[in-house]
Amino acid sequence: MAVKVLIPTPLRNLTNNQAEVSAEGNSISEIIDNLSKNHNGLRDRLVDENGKVRRFVNVYLNEEDIRFLQGEGTAVKAGDTISIVPAIAGGK
Amino acid sequence: MSYVKALKCRECGQEYEKVAKYVCEFCFGPLEAAYDYDKIKKDISREKIAARPLNIWRYRELLPVEGTNYNTLEEGYTPLIKADRLGKELGLKNLYVKNDCANPTHSFKDRVVAVASTRALELGFDTLSCASTGNLANAVAAYGARGGMKRYVFIPSNLEKGKVIASLIYDPKLIGVNGNYDDVNRLCSEIAGKYKWAFVNINMRPYYAEGSKTLGFETAEQLGWKAPDQVVVPMASGSLLTKIWKGTQEFIKVGLIADKKMRMFGAQATGCSPITTAYKAKTDTFRPVKPNTIAKSLAIGNPADGYYALKTINESNGGAEMASDEEIVEGIKLLARTEGIFAETAGGVTVACLKKLAESGALDPDAVTVAYITGTGLKTQEAVADHLNQVQVIQPNLEAFEATQLTAVS
Repeated sequence: MAVKVLIPTPLRNLTNNQAEVSAEGNSISEIIDNLSKNHNGLRDRLVDENGKVRRFVNVYLNEEDIRFLQGEGTAVKAGDTISIVPAIAGGK
Repeated sequence: MSYVKALKCRECGQEYEKVAKYVCEFCFGPLEAAYDYDKIKKDISREKIAARPLNIWRYRELLPVEGTNYNTLEEGYTPLIKADRLGKELGLKNLYVKNDCANPTHSFKDRVVAVASTRALELGFDTLSCASTGNLANAVAAYGARGGMKRYVFIPSNLEKGKVIASLIYDPKLIGVNGNYDDVNRLCSEIAGKYKWAFVNINMRPYYAEGSKTLGFETAEQLGWKAPDQVVVPMASGSLLTKIWKGTQEFIKVGLIADKKMRMFGAQATGCSPITTAYKAKTDTFRPVKPNTIAKSLAIGNPADGYYALKTINESNGGAEMASDEEIVEGIKLLARTEGIFAETAGGVTVACLKKLAESGALDPDAVTVAYITGTGLKTQEAVADHLNQVQVIQPNLEAFEATQLTAVS
């Protein structure tokens, strides 16, 4: 199943400057694994050696943080949008 | 002339040019300004600083801008008040309150926005923007106006009216987003990727965040060039706590003050306490939360600097506490009643947590203690309006007055 993945500026050098790419998979971790097929190196930027999303990376499925869902195992379906967003400071 | 050598990744050490960039392309770690401390040590002195105007730019060597054409409203050098009455109530013998309500837009955000907007102008940006819980919106709207810039300000749509008006007056494009701060933040990071604007807390973050160090600098200078023993700081993203620590360490590093083991204590609202919760659970893994607290300026459920704040708290042998909405209101009232300072809800969190930390014995009652009040209560009047004594209305004659007072006394 194809979903839309929004790519943040710091990673666009790996996607030919595309802000949006499409990827196949049934879960967040499958999507992340498959992203590297077309965009070499992308996976390693997003997850650590154990396949866990890195500390300073936030992943959202249709605007919901996957940590509120089932984390990397969260199921995705056709038409979903996944956003990858670096952590941002604000407030105090 | 700048003493900043480069932007450097806090995680992997990769260096970048001093542009509007905030995240490491290799590991996604946050970028931070890296200074030439040896050179600063040679060039800086107490006398030099003391001779300069009373604003944050007196510490210019340790701020990440190139020139001296500051975009300023004379922010900083706010009062550090010896708080004996509050201290007596809490059993703290050497308590000080750093009153950052006394800034141009009435919160500590003027420090960070002065630095970010100055750097944004140096880099040639014509638009200043931010995702904000309110205080930052006010500061960006004001400093953007001061710098002759266009302003796009994004806030959660449910923000306190006082904070909305205090932004609108400067005539920015103010966009209320249906969602909480974390939603606003996510949207803004997508907007920042597309538009060439200076988002003070996104692509300008390495410069912006450095402004908070000035709270640490001033505290040390105002205490007679000495770091305090222990401090209590409100936490949302956790950035402020880490920067007060960093500023104090820099003062030690460049020889302005003696080395000291300062203990860092963080304060959060119970309805949004991912950092305090992680501290109490002795873990460094954060679980983001959906905020539910009257302290909206601290309502960040996904704390970007939480990891570093926690590390600083632990390494400094400090601690963390949290306060309920009721305790926050009591904290605001306590500070106002004892010291004459009207703090916003975040200040209520600080005072309530200060009280808890004093009561539990986590704070040393004899040590020099500083509590940071970061914004004014005039912006969040809704929070306390229903918890105050009412006005006594009388006829304009002496009998009526005395009758009311006798009733009140009896």
